[in-house]
Amino acid sequence: MDAVQMVGITKQFGPLIANNKVNFELKKGEVHALLGENGAGKTTLMRILYGLYKADSGEIRVNGKPVQINSPKDAIANGIGMVSQHFTLVPPLTVAENVVLGFNPGVRLDPKLVNKNVEEAANKFGIDVKTTALVRHLSVGERQRVEILKALYRNINVLIMDEPTAVLVPQEVDVLFETLNRLRKGGLSVIFISHKLFEVMTISDRITVLRDGKCIGTVDKKNTDERSLAKMMVGRETFGVQRDSEACGGKPLLKIENITARDKKGLLALKDVSLEVCEGEILGLAGVSGNGQAELAAVVSGVLKPESGKVTLGDLDITHMDPQSISKAGVGRIPEDRHAGVVGEMSVAENLALERLDEFLKNGMLDRKKIKSHAEAMIKEYQIKATPTIQTRKLSGGNMQKVILARALYTHPRMIVAAQPTRGLDIGATEYVRNKLIEQRERGAAVLLISEDLEEIRSISDRIAVIYEGRIVGILPCNDATEEVLGLMMSGATEAAYES
Amino acid sequence: MKAKFRLVRSPAPGWFSALIPLLAIVVTFMITSVFILIAGANPFEAYYYFLISPLTSKVSILEVLVKSTPLLLTGAAVTIAFASGYWNIGAEGQLYAGAVAAAFLGTVLVGVPQPLAILIMLVGGFIAGMLWGLVPALLKVRLSVDEVVTTLLMNYIALYMVSALLNGPWRDPVTHWPQSPTILATTMMPKLLPPSRLHFGFIVGLLAVAVVWFILSRTGLGMRMRSVGMGKEAARFMGVKVNRTMFITALISAGIAGLAGVTEVAGIHFHLIDAISPGYGYSGIIAATLGNLNPIGAGVASLFLGLISTGSQAVSRSLGVPSFLGDVVQATLLLVTLAMFLLRNYTLRRVE
Repeated sequence: MDAVQMVGITKQFGPLIANNKVNFELKKGEVHALLGENGAGKTTLMRILYGLYKADSGEIRVNGKPVQINSPKDAIANGIGMVSQHFTLVPPLTVAENVVLGFNPGVRLDPKLVNKNVEEAANKFGIDVKTTALVRHLSVGERQRVEILKALYRNINVLIMDEPTAVLVPQEVDVLFETLNRLRKGGLSVIFISHKLFEVMTISDRITVLRDGKCIGTVDKKNTDERSLAKMMVGRETFGVQRDSEACGGKPLLKIENITARDKKGLLALKDVSLEVCEGEILGLAGVSGNGQAELAAVVSGVLKPESGKVTLGDLDITHMDPQSISKAGVGRIPEDRHAGVVGEMSVAENLALERLDEFLKNGMLDRKKIKSHAEAMIKEYQIKATPTIQTRKLSGGNMQKVILARALYTHPRMIVAAQPTRGLDIGATEYVRNKLIEQRERGAAVLLISEDLEEIRSISDRIAVIYEGRIVGILPCNDATEEVLGLMMSGATEAAYES
Repeated sequence: MKAKFRLVRSPAPGWFSALIPLLAIVVTFMITSVFILIAGANPFEAYYYFLISPLTSKVSILEVLVKSTPLLLTGAAVTIAFASGYWNIGAEGQLYAGAVAAAFLGTVLVGVPQPLAILIMLVGGFIAGMLWGLVPALLKVRLSVDEVVTTLLMNYIALYMVSALLNGPWRDPVTHWPQSPTILATTMMPKLLPPSRLHFGFIVGLLAVAVVWFILSRTGLGMRMRSVGMGKEAARFMGVKVNRTMFITALISAGIAGLAGVTEVAGIHFHLIDAISPGYGYSGIIAATLGNLNPIGAGVASLFLGLISTGSQAVSRSLGVPSFLGDVVQATLLLVTLAMFLLRNYTLRRVE
């Protein structure tokens, strides 16, 4: 009998169908990977199982019996636990205290007894962690073990792990896999959410692939390989835009040389990245999000300062310039998070003027006429559905993106950095943005297009670079970049070969 | 099936925002009525004295304006800071710094004609406030120390330093009261409508409100300030120098708060005393919040707070209830208004 069966699960968020009649079965004592690209619906499905979301339709059965799971409490009562990507631990408390938090019978908390119980549990499950240590002193890997222990302590027999390796260094991944293997032998069923192929091939017994909210299929690890998984994961109909240009056509404009940078948390996000973007080309940078592309865009935009390395635009070293100077040097910037690219509370006209405010000042005072007429011109030229005075946050995503496009492009920059420029946009707005980028290339500008959308990358780029874990793992002409090849590279499957 | 209501996160309709001040006053009235009843008075009668009676005679109307004067300044100071995302809680201390400067300048500007003397007093008070605001501002932009904590703590330092001054070197040599010597007649703010206490400081207050409005809505600096206040990340992305903008804001704000110290010393007390401000700096936060960080709104709120403050004395005189009720009303009004601003982001939905 299956430990968990999910039958015909459908979940819609507004117009987006996150899960479309998904079936999923988990056997007792197996590690079952849930594989798919970002946004494929993996996490949504598991959040439904854990009671964080409620499915619009479909049924969940635990040990063959239909159950209602309306909250994590219900899930735990049914023996289902989850370790999410973002830990839910209280740093100033001890490991033992964190483990019993919310699961302590009665009002009294006896520290000694709690410690004893948790230590026994840790020994029983073979989880190596010091129960009296304060969580804030633990490494990320140790914290994850505490999360696992916390779930196991609640007498669960199904453990959901949402991208558990995303936060770990390789050695910690090994420890995690050992732990999971041991627990599997003890009869625990594990659902392992991931988009990394080699991990999935290492740890799981069976693999279910989701794509665009639909279940593509479930396969035994024995009967599959990384290549066919990649195809299942990304394989859409290929789009017929093919171009001849193999290498960079014009002369190199943007040169990124040996850039190493850390993200906001202080983790190494870019490792010795070098890349060139030429005049009159679109260089697509493909990769699963969180592999350093956001940081690369931030470095080129002047928002993030690298630890080492150099960025030059033509003959100009822009590595240490502030965002305004970089913009003036001729870089049009489209940020990954468009809500961090405009001040939502300010009007469209103000947002259109702020980046080049000096052009809209007369003796330090706002030239309100000029700001307004500029906004009107931009609204007309870029077909923005807005008025100059409307608050920018009230615009739809597509129109907000057009405001950002207008601001980035009206100065005819030599270089454009576009990070996820069509994410979350409808088809019309997406086409519009892509055409604008192509227009820039035609005019001779260099375009760095960062996107998770392989179709987008393949349909408008001249060359494609793939980033994985902060490293460029390959650059290839668009014609050679089939979805399978890109999928493999993006999942790190080629990394071993690349390194050797 | 039993119907339930649930708060859902979605912006309330526009008319609600417009009604917030009125609603806040009504809710405040309902809450404070309990305290007024406990104090043994009729709430309606009490509110008559709070809100209506000060407006029934010319003398008391002018007194409302007198009470509003420092609030116009601290309100403007806090507004420009908050609108730029710099949480200056230190207007109180900056006011004291301005007051010290005024008390000092007021005794040394011998032989300087009055208009020039007043100007020097104002500039001196502005600079003193700025210097007092400099420490938290530097800590903020250099070391990212939370300005809420530092500006607040600087208030106590200012208060105790004034106390030390008044009990030490500046103690009145004749009366031995802890108050500084009386300032020169030429450095006193001219009366606007004698015999009322209303003085030139009120004009300074109105001007400060107008200047803050002008800076925020008409200048490039002001637009950068607002962008930092409303979306720091986006502002940084668009090349606004966030730290520099905040630093400038902090100094302007502290300077304006310093002016409030000058108007109190040179317009009302004519010497420095310990209790020169019964919390005008904090009331400025109330004014700025009630005004929804709009300088004009903060100005109107300052006048309203002046009314309550004048009214609380009338209530106390006529009904024999403690005049602290005025503070209770102010504080309740602030909390209710804040709650309303928060609720503005929610609507009540019926769920089955």
